[in-house]
Amino acid sequence: MERDDVIEYSLDTHHSEEQGKKIRKKIWMVTLLLTIVTAVEVALGAMVKQGSDAWFTVKILFILLTLLKAGYIVLTFMHLGDERKVLKWVVLLPYAIFIIYFMFIAFTEGSAVALAM
Amino acid sequence: MAGHATNEIDGATLWGGKVSPFSASYGKLMMWFFLVSDALTFGGLLVAYGFSRYAFDGMWPIGEETFEALPFLGNGFPLAYVALMTFILIVSSVTMVLAVEAGHRMDKKGVVKWMLATIVGGFFFLGSQAWEWSHFIHGTEFGRVALSDGSSAVVKGEFGKIKSFTVIEAGHHAHGMVAGDEITNENIDASEVDLMHAFQHAASAGHLHGTADDLTITLHDGTKAKVNKEADKNLELLIKEAGSKYSVSLPSDVSTRLSGEEAIAEYYEALAHGNVIYGANLEQNEYGPKQYGQFFFFITGFHGFHVFSGVIINILIFVGVLRGIYHKRGHYEMVEKTGLYWHFVDLVWVFVFTFFYLI
Repeated sequence: MERDDVIEYSLDTHHSEEQGKKIRKKIWMVTLLLTIVTAVEVALGAMVKQGSDAWFTVKILFILLTLLKAGYIVLTFMHLGDERKVLKWVVLLPYAIFIIYFMFIAFTEGSAVALAM
Repeated sequence: MAGHATNEIDGATLWGGKVSPFSASYGKLMMWFFLVSDALTFGGLLVAYGFSRYAFDGMWPIGEETFEALPFLGNGFPLAYVALMTFILIVSSVTMVLAVEAGHRMDKKGVVKWMLATIVGGFFFLGSQAWEWSHFIHGTEFGRVALSDGSSAVVKGEFGKIKSFTVIEAGHHAHGMVAGDEITNENIDASEVDLMHAFQHAASAGHLHGTADDLTITLHDGTKAKVNKEADKNLELLIKEAGSKYSVSLPSDVSTRLSGEEAIAEYYEALAHGNVIYGANLEQNEYGPKQYGQFFFFITGFHGFHVFSGVIINILIFVGVLRGIYHKRGHYEMVEKTGLYWHFVDLVWVFVFTFFYLI
């Protein structure tokens, strides 16, 4: 078929007024969630001091809450959750594998440098 | 892509080769690939930050101790300002996704409204970051001091206001002042800016002498004067690098800080020896190791540059929306693609917030 190269777009992403209402409701729910999570993080940061007994748990909690926020931003706001499954994993998996490996190497090495200093 | 011949994909999505990898349009897929590579850059920066943090251990500054100021309200609000910045960026991300949603309904008015809100939010964030940088560069009223035993400490408390300098011996640029005259913010020489600037400049140049109750200052023009200053309140020294006498203070244990008379004596002895750093630049900073300042400028600066370019791209697309280009085209995919970039900027900030400020 003949087509203009500019008009290359998946038409199934158009939606009706009714579907839009549902989508908007979801967007506002995610907004509320992200705001609450950020407020909780700041409150915890102000209450629990670094190096105290509870700090390790709070640190892990911070990382989990960050991943939760990131998940909602990527899957809902960036619509990666609505794309084909294979695209989702092509974006997420190589990145995750690389960054986890990189973190392991850098933090192990950093601790070794701290010991040597 | 194997078996694409049997896939039923609407013609408009097909690329030049009449296939459509991942059923995504060419532009959107390339935006995703770009974002993955950009995420690797930011990931690399944050992991490098983590490396330094591990390597420097207890010397590394703590977010809630370093970032606790608010515009107009002063100190004592740990992380409140950064939380506000985070909130601004999250909200602008929400308005962006609402613009994308309006685009899917071909609602031009909605797209215009929400994109405009996104652009305004972007400018708010950039303005906040300008304040944050300015505050970081100028530093606190106390600065960071190197103590007599070789340790170094950051200082908390309420800085007593400098009321005036009483001239002891007039310099060569004294505007006819003689001994006994008062130098105030109103009549101070323009090269000194104000009393506070003159004080900090003299302190870092080693031109302050005496003790907390009896301080003399030497100004640029050689004027010697007595410093009339209110007493500092709740002055505490948080030891960051151990010396022969003091060991590193634990953030979780207030009793490991230096306070009271001892803290005041140590602090003013350091000032009288010029052993103080105010604010930050790429060479040194009052918060911690110099790498800390460098990471701050590079990571938040690189992110801020992304926000800035994001605002510019949003404005270009916004003009396109106003002119009805995308409406005529039959879809608002350009809004969706610039939206992807904008959300990515928000995503990066979520990680910077956690790893730079919180942990």
